[in-house]
Amino acid sequence: MMLDMEMNKIHIENLNVFAGRQQILKDININIPKNKITVILGPSGCGKTTLLKCMNRLTDLYPELKVTGKVLINDKNVLDPHADIVTLRQYMGLLMQRPYPLPMTIYNNIAYGLKLRGVKSRRDLHKQVMHYLQLANLWDEVRHRLREPASRLSIGQQQRLCLARGLAVNPEIILADEPTSALDPISSQYIETKFTELKNDYTIVLVTHVLRQARRIADYVVFMYLGEVIEQGTVEEVFGNPKMEKTKQYLGGTFN
Amino acid sequence: MKRSKKIEESFFKVLMVIATYSILAVLALIMYSIFAKGIKAMSWEVLTTVPSGGYYYGKGGGILNAILGSLSLAFGATLLAFLIGLPVALYINVFLVRYKNAVRMIRFILDLVWGIPSIVYGAFGFSMMILLGIQTSLLAGTITVTLFILPIMIRSMDEILRTVPIGLSEAAYSLGSNKSELAFKIFTRQTISGIITAILLSFGRGIGDAASVLFTAGYTDNLPNSLMEPVATLPLSIFFQLSSPVPAVQDRAYASALVLTLIILLVSLFSRGLGKRYHKTKINF
Repeated sequence: MMLDMEMNKIHIENLNVFAGRQQILKDININIPKNKITVILGPSGCGKTTLLKCMNRLTDLYPELKVTGKVLINDKNVLDPHADIVTLRQYMGLLMQRPYPLPMTIYNNIAYGLKLRGVKSRRDLHKQVMHYLQLANLWDEVRHRLREPASRLSIGQQQRLCLARGLAVNPEIILADEPTSALDPISSQYIETKFTELKNDYTIVLVTHVLRQARRIADYVVFMYLGEVIEQGTVEEVFGNPKMEKTKQYLGGTFN
Repeated sequence: MKRSKKIEESFFKVLMVIATYSILAVLALIMYSIFAKGIKAMSWEVLTTVPSGGYYYGKGGGILNAILGSLSLAFGATLLAFLIGLPVALYINVFLVRYKNAVRMIRFILDLVWGIPSIVYGAFGFSMMILLGIQTSLLAGTITVTLFILPIMIRSMDEILRTVPIGLSEAAYSLGSNKSELAFKIFTRQTISGIITAILLSFGRGIGDAASVLFTAGYTDNLPNSLMEPVATLPLSIFFQLSSPVPAVQDRAYASALVLTLIILLVSLFSRGLGKRYHKTKINF
Protein backbone atom coordinates (compact mmCIF):
# COMPACT_ATOMS: atom_id res chain seq x y z
CA MET A 1 0.00 0.00 0.00
CA MET A 2 1.37 3.40 -0.91
CA LEU A 3 0.51 6.33 1.27
CA ASP A 4 0.17 9.57 -0.58
CA MET A 5 1.95 12.13 1.58
CA GLU A 6 -0.18 14.90 0.17
CA MET A 7 -3.08 13.30 1.90
CA ASN A 8 -1.74 13.85 5.38
CA LYS A 9 -4.11 15.21 7.95
CA ILE A 10 -1.85 15.94 10.89
CA HIS A 11 1.78 17.04 10.72
CA ILE A 12 3.80 16.91 13.88
CA GLU A 13 7.10 18.76 13.66
CA ASN A 14 9.92 18.78 16.23
CA LEU A 15 7.57 18.16 19.11
CA ASN A 16 9.23 18.13 22.51
CA VAL A 17 7.52 17.78 25.86
CA PHE A 18 9.23 18.34 29.17
CA ALA A 19 7.97 17.68 32.68
CA GLY A 20 10.40 19.60 34.82
CA ARG A 21 13.83 18.25 33.92
CA GLN A 22 12.52 15.05 32.48
CA GLN A 23 11.88 14.96 28.76
CA ILE A 24 8.74 12.98 27.98
CA LEU A 25 8.71 13.38 24.18
CA LYS A 26 11.89 13.81 22.19
CA ASP A 27 11.84 15.53 18.82
CA ILE A 28 8.75 13.85 17.41
CA ASN A 29 8.12 14.14 13.66
CA ILE A 30 5.08 12.30 12.36
CA ASN A 31 2.73 12.67 9.42
CA ILE A 32 -0.65 11.17 10.03
CA PRO A 33 -2.49 10.16 6.84
CA LYS A 34 -6.04 11.16 6.10
CA ASN A 35 -8.84 8.58 6.27
CA LYS A 36 -6.56 5.91 7.66
CA ILE A 37 -6.14 4.35 11.05
CA THR A 38 -2.80 5.36 12.48
CA VAL A 39 -1.78 3.31 15.47
CA ILE A 40 0.68 4.72 17.96
CA LEU A 41 2.23 1.64 19.47
CA GLY A 42 4.59 1.20 22.35
CA PRO A 43 5.01 -0.04 25.91
CA SER A 44 3.43 1.78 28.87
CA GLY A 45 5.13 5.02 29.81
CA CYS A 46 6.62 5.67 26.38
CA GLY A 47 4.70 8.93 25.92
CA LYS A 48 1.90 7.69 23.67
CA THR A 49 -0.86 9.31 25.66
CA THR A 50 1.06 12.56 26.04
CA LEU A 51 1.54 12.65 22.28
CA LEU A 52 -2.19 12.22 21.78
CA LYS A 53 -2.96 14.95 24.30
CA CYS A 54 -0.63 17.33 22.46
CA MET A 55 -2.83 16.98 19.40
CA ASN A 56 -5.85 18.61 21.03
CA ARG A 57 -3.82 20.46 23.61
CA LEU A 58 -5.22 18.75 26.65
CA THR A 59 -1.66 19.22 27.85
CA ASP A 60 -2.93 22.62 28.97
CA LEU A 61 -4.50 20.87 31.92
CA TYR A 62 -1.14 19.72 33.21
CA PRO A 63 0.80 22.79 34.30
CA GLU A 64 3.98 20.79 34.81
CA LEU A 65 4.22 20.04 31.07
CA LYS A 66 6.16 22.31 28.74
CA VAL A 67 5.45 21.72 25.06
CA THR A 68 7.50 23.00 22.11
CA GLY A 69 7.28 22.34 18.38
CA LYS A 70 4.35 22.27 16.02
CA VAL A 71 1.20 20.21 15.61
CA LEU A 72 -0.40 21.26 12.33
CA ILE A 73 -3.98 20.35 11.62
CA ASN A 74 -5.42 21.85 8.43
CA ASP A 75 -2.30 24.06 8.41
CA LYS A 76 -3.21 25.53 11.77
CA ASN A 77 -0.77 25.09 14.61
CA VAL A 78 -2.67 23.70 17.57
CA LEU A 79 0.16 24.60 19.92
CA ASP A 80 0.06 28.28 18.99
CA PRO A 81 -1.06 30.00 22.21
CA HIS A 82 -3.21 32.36 20.14
CA ALA A 83 -4.98 29.54 18.32
CA ASP A 84 -8.71 29.24 18.88
CA ILE A 85 -8.30 26.01 20.79
CA VAL A 86 -12.02 25.58 21.56
CA THR A 87 -12.80 25.41 17.82
CA LEU A 88 -9.71 23.36 17.02
CA ARG A 89 -10.71 20.77 19.60
CA GLN A 90 -14.01 20.32 17.77
CA TYR A 91 -12.07 19.03 14.78
CA MET A 92 -11.18 16.10 16.99
CA GLY A 93 -13.31 13.62 18.85
CA LEU A 94 -11.64 12.03 21.84
CA LEU A 95 -12.18 8.53 23.18
CA MET A 96 -10.37 7.79 26.40
CA GLN A 97 -9.10 4.71 28.22
CA ARG A 98 -12.28 4.60 30.17
CA PRO A 99 -15.53 6.33 29.45
CA TYR A 100 -16.21 9.66 31.12
CA PRO A 101 -19.87 10.32 30.38
CA LEU A 102 -21.07 13.79 31.32
CA PRO A 103 -23.16 13.94 34.52
CA MET A 104 -26.46 14.27 32.69
CA THR A 105 -28.98 12.17 30.78
CA ILE A 106 -28.06 9.91 27.88
CA TYR A 107 -29.83 12.28 25.50
CA ASN A 108 -28.05 15.34 26.84
CA ASN A 109 -24.66 13.67 26.63
CA ILE A 110 -25.06 13.82 22.86
CA ALA A 111 -27.04 17.05 22.76
CA TYR A 112 -24.37 18.85 24.78
CA GLY A 113 -21.83 18.77 21.95
CA LEU A 114 -24.52 19.48 19.35
CA LYS A 115 -25.55 22.61 21.22
CA LEU A 116 -21.93 23.74 21.44
CA ARG A 117 -21.79 23.31 17.69
CA GLY A 118 -24.79 25.59 17.33
CA VAL A 119 -27.62 23.12 16.73
CA LYS A 120 -30.62 24.82 18.29
CA SER A 121 -34.02 23.56 17.19
CA ARG A 122 -35.45 20.65 19.16
CA ARG A 123 -36.26 18.73 16.02
CA ASP A 124 -32.72 18.94 14.69
CA LEU A 125 -31.34 18.02 18.08
CA HIS A 126 -33.59 15.01 18.29
CA LYS A 127 -32.78 13.85 14.79
CA GLN A 128 -29.06 14.19 15.29
CA VAL A 129 -28.98 12.58 18.73
CA MET A 130 -30.68 9.59 17.13
CA HIS A 131 -28.29 9.63 14.19
CA TYR A 132 -25.13 9.61 16.29
CA LEU A 133 -26.45 7.01 18.70
CA GLN A 134 -27.18 4.82 15.68
CA LEU A 135 -23.72 5.51 14.33
CA ALA A 136 -22.23 4.16 17.57
CA ASN A 137 -24.56 1.14 17.55
CA LEU A 138 -26.19 2.26 20.76
CA TRP A 139 -29.60 3.47 19.61
CA ASP A 140 -31.48 0.18 19.89
CA GLU A 141 -30.30 -0.32 23.46
CA VAL A 142 -31.13 3.14 24.75
CA ARG A 143 -34.00 4.39 22.61
CA HIS A 144 -36.48 3.93 25.45
CA ARG A 145 -34.26 5.31 28.18
CA LEU A 146 -32.87 8.51 26.68
CA ARG A 147 -33.91 10.51 29.76
CA GLU A 148 -32.07 8.27 32.17
CA PRO A 149 -28.74 9.38 33.62
CA ALA A 150 -25.81 8.14 31.57
CA SER A 151 -24.30 6.68 34.73
CA ARG A 152 -26.80 3.80 34.54
CA LEU A 153 -25.29 2.42 31.35
CA SER A 154 -22.75 -0.38 31.43
CA ILE A 155 -19.10 0.46 30.81
CA GLY A 156 -19.26 -0.86 27.25
CA GLN A 157 -22.38 1.18 26.54
CA GLN A 158 -20.81 4.24 28.16
CA GLN A 159 -17.80 3.94 25.87
CA ARG A 160 -20.07 3.77 22.83
CA LEU A 161 -21.96 6.77 24.22
CA CYS A 162 -18.64 8.62 24.42
CA LEU A 163 -17.93 7.65 20.83
CA ALA A 164 -21.34 8.96 19.75
CA ARG A 165 -20.78 12.12 21.76
CA GLY A 166 -17.39 12.65 20.16
CA LEU A 167 -18.79 12.11 16.67
CA ALA A 168 -21.65 14.53 17.37
CA VAL A 169 -19.35 17.55 17.39
CA ASN A 170 -18.70 16.63 13.75
CA PRO A 171 -14.94 16.16 13.94
CA GLU A 172 -12.60 15.24 11.12
CA ILE A 173 -10.28 13.31 13.38
CA ILE A 174 -10.89 10.71 16.06
CA LEU A 175 -8.28 10.48 18.80
CA ALA A 176 -8.53 7.27 20.77
CA ASP A 177 -6.41 6.48 23.81
CA GLU A 178 -6.53 2.73 24.46
CA PRO A 179 -10.31 2.91 24.10
CA THR A 180 -10.82 -0.80 24.62
CA SER A 181 -8.62 -1.33 27.66
CA ALA A 182 -11.52 -1.17 30.14
CA LEU A 183 -13.92 -3.12 27.94
CA ASP A 184 -14.90 -6.74 27.66
CA PRO A 185 -13.88 -8.58 24.44
CA ILE A 186 -17.27 -8.14 22.75
CA SER A 187 -17.45 -4.41 23.42
CA SER A 188 -13.81 -4.11 22.30
CA GLN A 189 -14.57 -5.84 19.04
CA TYR A 190 -17.51 -3.48 18.55
CA ILE A 191 -15.22 -0.48 18.83
CA GLU A 192 -12.59 -1.97 16.52
CA THR A 193 -15.14 -2.86 13.86
CA LYS A 194 -16.64 0.60 14.17
CA PHE A 195 -13.24 2.19 13.64
CA THR A 196 -12.63 0.29 10.41
CA GLU A 197 -16.04 1.53 9.21
CA LEU A 198 -15.46 5.07 10.34
CA LYS A 199 -12.11 5.54 8.63
CA ASN A 200 -13.88 6.27 5.35
CA ASP A 201 -15.09 9.52 6.85
CA TYR A 202 -12.60 10.22 9.58
CA THR A 203 -8.88 10.21 10.25
CA ILE A 204 -8.28 7.97 13.21
CA VAL A 205 -5.35 8.05 15.62
CA LEU A 206 -5.36 5.11 17.99
CA VAL A 207 -3.00 4.69 20.92
CA THR A 208 -2.50 1.13 22.08
CA HIS A 209 0.04 -1.23 23.55
CA VAL A 210 -1.83 -4.27 22.24
CA LEU A 211 0.08 -5.72 19.29
CA ARG A 212 -2.78 -7.82 17.99
CA GLN A 213 -5.11 -4.86 17.98
CA ALA A 214 -2.59 -2.82 16.01
CA ARG A 215 -2.12 -5.65 13.52
CA ARG A 216 -5.89 -6.06 13.12
CA ILE A 217 -6.87 -2.50 12.33
CA ALA A 218 -3.83 -0.31 11.63
CA ASP A 219 -2.98 1.17 8.25
CA TYR A 220 -0.05 3.15 9.49
CA VAL A 221 2.03 2.39 12.56
CA VAL A 222 4.19 4.63 14.72
CA PHE A 223 6.33 2.69 17.17
CA MET A 224 7.47 4.64 20.21
CA TYR A 225 9.86 3.85 22.98
CA LEU A 226 10.99 6.09 25.88
CA GLY A 227 9.62 9.24 24.32
CA GLU A 228 11.10 8.71 20.90
CA VAL A 229 9.64 7.56 17.62
CA ILE A 230 11.70 4.46 16.80
CA GLU A 231 10.03 3.56 13.57
CA GLN A 232 7.03 4.53 11.49
CA GLY A 233 5.50 3.27 8.29
CA THR A 234 2.64 1.32 6.84
CA VAL A 235 1.48 -1.70 8.77
CA GLU A 236 3.12 -3.97 6.21
CA GLU A 237 6.44 -2.19 6.59
CA VAL A 238 6.53 -2.08 10.36
CA PHE A 239 5.05 -5.49 11.09
CA GLY A 240 6.34 -7.27 8.00
CA ASN A 241 9.79 -5.92 7.79
CA PRO A 242 10.84 -3.90 10.84
CA LYS A 243 14.13 -2.09 10.40
CA MET A 244 15.01 -1.18 13.94
CA GLU A 245 16.21 -3.60 16.58
CA LYS A 246 13.82 -2.25 19.24
CA THR A 247 10.83 -2.73 16.96
CA LYS A 248 11.83 -6.30 16.19
CA GLN A 249 12.17 -7.01 19.90
CA TYR A 250 8.78 -5.50 20.76
CA LEU A 251 7.03 -7.32 17.95
CA GLY A 252 8.78 -10.53 18.84
CA GLY A 253 7.92 -10.28 22.51
CA THR A 254 11.55 -10.34 23.60
CA PHE A 255 11.46 -6.79 24.85
CA ASN A 256 13.23 -5.85 28.05
CA MET B 1 4.71 -13.71 70.71
CA LYS B 2 1.29 -14.52 69.37
CA ARG B 3 -0.23 -14.01 72.79
CA SER B 4 1.21 -10.51 73.20
CA LYS B 5 -0.17 -9.57 69.79
CA LYS B 6 -3.57 -10.71 70.91
CA ILE B 7 -3.40 -8.66 74.10
CA GLU B 8 -2.30 -5.63 72.12
CA GLU B 9 -5.21 -6.08 69.75
CA SER B 10 -7.82 -6.36 72.47
CA PHE B 11 -6.30 -3.46 74.41
CA PHE B 12 -6.69 -1.06 71.48
CA LYS B 13 -10.08 -2.42 70.64
CA VAL B 14 -11.31 -1.74 74.18
CA LEU B 15 -9.79 1.74 73.98
CA MET B 16 -11.68 2.51 70.78
CA VAL B 17 -14.93 1.12 72.13
CA ILE B 18 -14.67 3.19 75.30
CA ALA B 19 -13.87 6.36 73.36
CA THR B 20 -16.71 5.85 70.92
CA TYR B 21 -19.42 5.02 73.44
CA SER B 22 -18.41 7.64 75.98
CA ILE B 23 -18.62 10.39 73.39
CA LEU B 24 -21.96 9.04 72.17
CA ALA B 25 -23.18 9.02 75.77
CA VAL B 26 -22.19 12.66 76.28
CA LEU B 27 -23.95 13.69 73.06
CA ALA B 28 -27.04 11.75 74.07
CA LEU B 29 -26.98 13.47 77.44
CA ILE B 30 -26.86 16.90 75.80
CA MET B 31 -29.76 16.01 73.52
CA TYR B 32 -31.70 14.58 76.44
CA SER B 33 -31.28 17.64 78.61
CA ILE B 34 -32.37 19.96 75.81
CA PHE B 35 -35.41 17.81 75.07
CA ALA B 36 -36.35 17.19 78.68
CA LYS B 37 -36.13 20.81 79.72
CA GLY B 38 -37.32 22.24 76.42
CA ILE B 39 -40.45 20.09 76.11
CA LYS B 40 -41.57 21.26 79.54
CA ALA B 41 -41.66 24.89 78.46
CA MET B 42 -42.78 24.19 74.92
CA SER B 43 -46.26 25.28 74.00
CA TRP B 44 -48.18 26.60 71.06
CA GLU B 45 -47.98 30.05 72.62
CA VAL B 46 -44.18 29.92 72.82
CA LEU B 47 -43.92 29.07 69.16
CA THR B 48 -46.48 31.50 67.79
CA THR B 49 -46.29 34.71 69.80
CA VAL B 50 -43.75 37.38 70.50
CA PRO B 51 -42.71 38.32 74.06
CA SER B 52 -45.33 40.39 75.83
CA GLY B 53 -44.58 42.95 78.51
CA GLY B 54 -42.90 41.27 81.44
CA TYR B 55 -41.98 38.21 79.41
CA TYR B 56 -38.53 38.07 80.94
CA TYR B 57 -40.07 38.02 84.42
CA GLY B 58 -42.14 34.98 83.62
CA LYS B 59 -45.22 36.46 82.00
CA GLY B 60 -46.78 35.34 78.72
CA GLY B 61 -45.46 35.42 75.22
CA GLY B 62 -43.15 33.39 73.02
CA ILE B 63 -40.10 33.32 70.86
CA LEU B 64 -41.62 33.77 67.41
CA ASN B 65 -39.53 36.93 67.05
CA ALA B 66 -36.34 34.89 67.46
CA ILE B 67 -37.50 31.99 65.26
CA LEU B 68 -38.45 34.21 62.34
CA GLY B 69 -35.47 36.49 62.95
CA SER B 70 -33.01 33.62 62.91
CA LEU B 71 -34.58 32.06 59.83
CA SER B 72 -34.61 35.27 57.81
CA LEU B 73 -31.08 36.15 58.86
CA ALA B 74 -29.71 32.69 58.14
CA PHE B 75 -31.55 32.36 54.81
CA GLY B 76 -30.30 35.76 53.70
CA ALA B 77 -26.73 35.07 54.75
CA THR B 78 -26.70 31.60 53.19
CA LEU B 79 -28.06 32.94 49.91
CA LEU B 80 -25.46 35.71 49.81
CA ALA B 81 -22.65 33.36 50.76
CA PHE B 82 -23.76 30.89 48.08
CA LEU B 83 -23.93 33.57 45.39
CA ILE B 84 -20.41 34.68 46.26
CA GLY B 85 -19.00 31.32 47.26
CA LEU B 86 -19.96 29.16 44.27
CA PRO B 87 -18.16 31.35 41.72
CA VAL B 88 -15.12 31.48 43.99
CA ALA B 89 -14.99 27.70 44.39
CA LEU B 90 -15.48 27.18 40.65
CA TYR B 91 -12.86 29.78 39.84
CA ILE B 92 -10.33 28.01 42.04
CA ASN B 93 -11.07 24.60 40.54
CA VAL B 94 -11.54 25.44 36.87
CA PHE B 95 -9.58 28.60 36.11
CA LEU B 96 -6.87 28.69 38.74
CA VAL B 97 -6.23 24.98 38.93
CA ARG B 98 -3.12 25.33 36.73
CA TYR B 99 -1.50 27.66 39.23
CA LYS B 100 -0.85 25.26 42.05
CA ASN B 101 0.89 27.77 44.33
CA ALA B 102 -1.87 30.34 44.04
CA VAL B 103 -4.48 27.68 44.78
CA ARG B 104 -2.53 26.41 47.77
CA MET B 105 -2.25 29.97 49.07
CA ILE B 106 -5.99 30.66 48.67
CA ARG B 107 -6.91 27.43 50.40
CA PHE B 108 -4.52 28.22 53.23
CA ILE B 109 -6.02 31.68 53.72
CA LEU B 110 -9.57 30.31 53.62
CA ASP B 111 -8.70 27.66 56.20
CA LEU B 112 -7.21 30.39 58.33
CA VAL B 113 -10.32 32.59 58.21
CA TRP B 114 -12.48 29.52 58.79
CA GLY B 115 -10.73 29.19 62.13
CA ILE B 116 -11.28 32.77 63.26
CA PRO B 117 -13.77 32.83 66.17
CA SER B 118 -17.15 34.26 65.28
CA ILE B 119 -16.89 36.96 67.96
CA VAL B 120 -14.07 38.45 65.88
CA TYR B 121 -16.40 38.59 62.88
CA GLY B 122 -18.93 40.25 65.17
CA ALA B 123 -16.38 42.84 66.25
CA PHE B 124 -15.34 43.42 62.64
CA GLY B 125 -18.98 43.82 61.57
CA PHE B 126 -19.52 46.24 64.42
CA SER B 127 -16.56 48.40 63.42
CA MET B 128 -17.78 48.41 59.81
CA MET B 129 -21.21 49.53 61.03
CA ILE B 130 -19.68 52.46 62.87
CA LEU B 131 -17.67 53.34 59.79
CA LEU B 132 -20.74 53.26 57.54
CA GLY B 133 -23.09 54.70 60.14
CA ILE B 134 -25.47 51.73 60.25
CA GLN B 135 -27.33 50.66 63.39
CA THR B 136 -27.70 47.12 64.65
CA SER B 137 -30.03 45.66 62.09
CA LEU B 138 -31.04 42.62 60.06
CA LEU B 139 -28.84 43.95 57.25
CA ALA B 140 -25.72 44.32 59.40
CA GLY B 141 -26.30 40.92 61.02
CA THR B 142 -26.85 39.25 57.64
CA ILE B 143 -23.67 40.70 56.17
CA THR B 144 -21.62 39.72 59.21
CA VAL B 145 -22.96 36.16 59.22
CA THR B 146 -22.33 35.99 55.46
CA LEU B 147 -18.68 36.83 56.06
CA PHE B 148 -18.53 34.31 58.88
CA ILE B 149 -19.94 31.41 56.83
CA LEU B 150 -18.24 32.28 53.52
CA PRO B 151 -15.01 30.39 54.23
CA ILE B 152 -17.07 27.37 55.31
CA MET B 153 -19.18 27.58 52.16
CA ILE B 154 -16.25 28.05 49.82
CA ARG B 155 -13.99 25.42 51.31
CA SER B 156 -16.69 22.75 51.52
CA MET B 157 -17.64 23.36 47.89
CA ASP B 158 -13.97 23.47 46.99
CA GLU B 159 -13.32 20.10 48.59
CA ILE B 160 -16.17 18.49 46.66
CA LEU B 161 -15.18 20.17 43.37
CA ARG B 162 -11.67 18.80 43.81
CA THR B 163 -13.06 15.30 43.51
CA VAL B 164 -14.10 15.85 39.89
CA PRO B 165 -11.72 13.62 37.91
CA ILE B 166 -9.46 15.28 35.37
CA GLY B 167 -10.77 12.84 32.75
CA LEU B 168 -14.16 14.53 32.92
CA SER B 169 -12.57 17.92 32.30
CA GLU B 170 -10.65 16.42 29.38
CA ALA B 171 -13.85 14.96 27.96
CA ALA B 172 -15.69 18.27 28.24
CA TYR B 173 -12.83 20.28 26.77
CA SER B 174 -12.45 17.88 23.89
CA LEU B 175 -16.11 18.47 23.01
CA GLY B 176 -15.33 22.16 22.67
CA SER B 177 -16.48 23.46 26.04
CA ASN B 178 -14.84 26.58 27.33
CA LYS B 179 -13.96 27.02 30.98
CA SER B 180 -17.18 28.61 32.16
CA GLU B 181 -19.25 25.90 30.47
CA LEU B 182 -17.08 23.31 32.16
CA ALA B 183 -17.59 25.09 35.48
CA PHE B 184 -21.32 25.76 35.41
CA LYS B 185 -22.58 22.85 33.30
CA ILE B 186 -20.28 19.98 34.20
CA PHE B 187 -18.66 20.63 37.57
CA THR B 188 -21.85 21.82 39.26
CA ARG B 189 -23.87 18.87 37.93
CA GLN B 190 -21.28 16.33 38.92
CA THR B 191 -21.06 17.70 42.48
CA ILE B 192 -24.63 18.88 43.04
CA SER B 193 -25.22 16.75 46.12
CA GLY B 194 -21.99 17.97 47.70
CA ILE B 195 -22.86 21.57 46.89
CA ILE B 196 -26.24 21.18 48.60
CA THR B 197 -24.47 19.73 51.62
CA ALA B 198 -22.10 22.71 51.66
CA ILE B 199 -25.04 25.12 51.56
CA LEU B 200 -26.85 23.40 54.40
CA LEU B 201 -23.71 23.05 56.49
CA SER B 202 -23.18 26.80 56.15
CA PHE B 203 -26.83 27.43 56.98
CA GLY B 204 -26.48 25.36 60.12
CA ARG B 205 -23.39 27.26 61.22
CA GLY B 206 -25.01 30.60 60.43
CA ILE B 207 -28.26 29.99 62.28
CA GLY B 208 -26.56 28.62 65.36
CA ASP B 209 -24.02 31.33 65.95
CA ALA B 210 -24.54 33.86 68.73
CA ALA B 211 -21.34 35.89 68.84
CA SER B 212 -21.43 37.23 65.30
CA VAL B 213 -24.96 38.61 65.71
CA LEU B 214 -24.52 39.94 69.24
CA PHE B 215 -23.29 43.39 68.20
CA THR B 216 -24.57 43.43 64.66
CA ALA B 217 -28.17 42.19 64.60
CA GLY B 218 -29.01 43.36 68.09
CA TYR B 219 -32.19 42.05 69.69
CA THR B 220 -35.82 42.98 69.66
CA ASP B 221 -39.15 41.68 70.82
CA ASN B 222 -40.70 42.57 67.48
CA LEU B 223 -40.98 40.42 64.42
CA PRO B 224 -38.44 41.22 61.71
CA ASN B 225 -40.03 43.83 59.48
CA SER B 226 -37.24 45.82 57.91
CA LEU B 227 -33.64 45.31 56.85
CA MET B 228 -32.65 48.36 58.82
CA GLU B 229 -34.28 47.32 62.13
CA PRO B 230 -32.67 45.12 64.78
CA VAL B 231 -33.70 41.50 64.69
CA ALA B 232 -33.96 38.76 67.32
CA THR B 233 -32.14 35.45 66.93
CA LEU B 234 -32.51 32.08 68.62
CA PRO B 235 -28.97 31.84 70.03
CA LEU B 236 -29.34 35.24 71.66
CA SER B 237 -32.81 34.40 72.90
CA ILE B 238 -31.27 31.40 74.66
CA PHE B 239 -28.61 33.68 76.11
CA PHE B 240 -31.01 36.35 77.37
CA GLN B 241 -33.55 33.91 78.81
CA LEU B 242 -30.92 31.86 80.57
CA SER B 243 -29.62 35.06 82.14
CA SER B 244 -33.00 35.58 83.79
CA PRO B 245 -33.29 34.67 87.47
CA VAL B 246 -36.81 33.33 86.90
CA PRO B 247 -36.84 29.50 86.49
CA ALA B 248 -39.84 29.58 84.11
CA VAL B 249 -37.92 31.89 81.79
CA GLN B 250 -34.83 29.71 82.02
CA ASP B 251 -36.93 26.76 80.93
CA ARG B 252 -38.03 28.72 77.89
CA ALA B 253 -34.38 29.11 77.00
CA TYR B 254 -34.34 25.36 76.57
CA ALA B 255 -37.43 25.58 74.42
CA SER B 256 -35.49 27.98 72.18
CA ALA B 257 -32.56 25.57 72.15
CA LEU B 258 -34.94 22.78 71.22
CA VAL B 259 -36.35 24.78 68.32
CA LEU B 260 -32.85 25.60 67.11
CA THR B 261 -31.83 21.94 67.36
CA LEU B 262 -34.92 20.82 65.48
CA ILE B 263 -34.28 23.34 62.69
CA ILE B 264 -30.75 22.03 62.29
CA LEU B 265 -32.00 18.44 62.43
CA LEU B 266 -34.55 19.16 59.70
CA VAL B 267 -31.91 20.84 57.59
CA SER B 268 -29.60 17.82 57.85
CA LEU B 269 -32.36 15.37 56.99
CA PHE B 270 -33.40 17.55 54.07
CA SER B 271 -29.82 17.75 52.79
CA ARG B 272 -29.45 14.00 52.97
CA GLY B 273 -32.68 13.53 51.07
CA LEU B 274 -31.70 16.00 48.37
CA GLY B 275 -28.22 14.55 48.16
CA LYS B 276 -29.66 11.09 47.52
CA ARG B 277 -32.07 12.41 44.96
CA TYR B 278 -29.46 14.20 42.89
CA HIS B 279 -26.88 11.51 43.36
CA LYS B 280 -28.29 9.53 40.47
CA THR B 281 -27.06 11.85 37.73
CA LYS B 282 -23.61 11.84 39.25
CA ILE B 283 -21.15 9.61 37.46
CA ASN B 284 -19.12 7.33 39.67
CA PHE B 285 -15.63 7.12 38.36
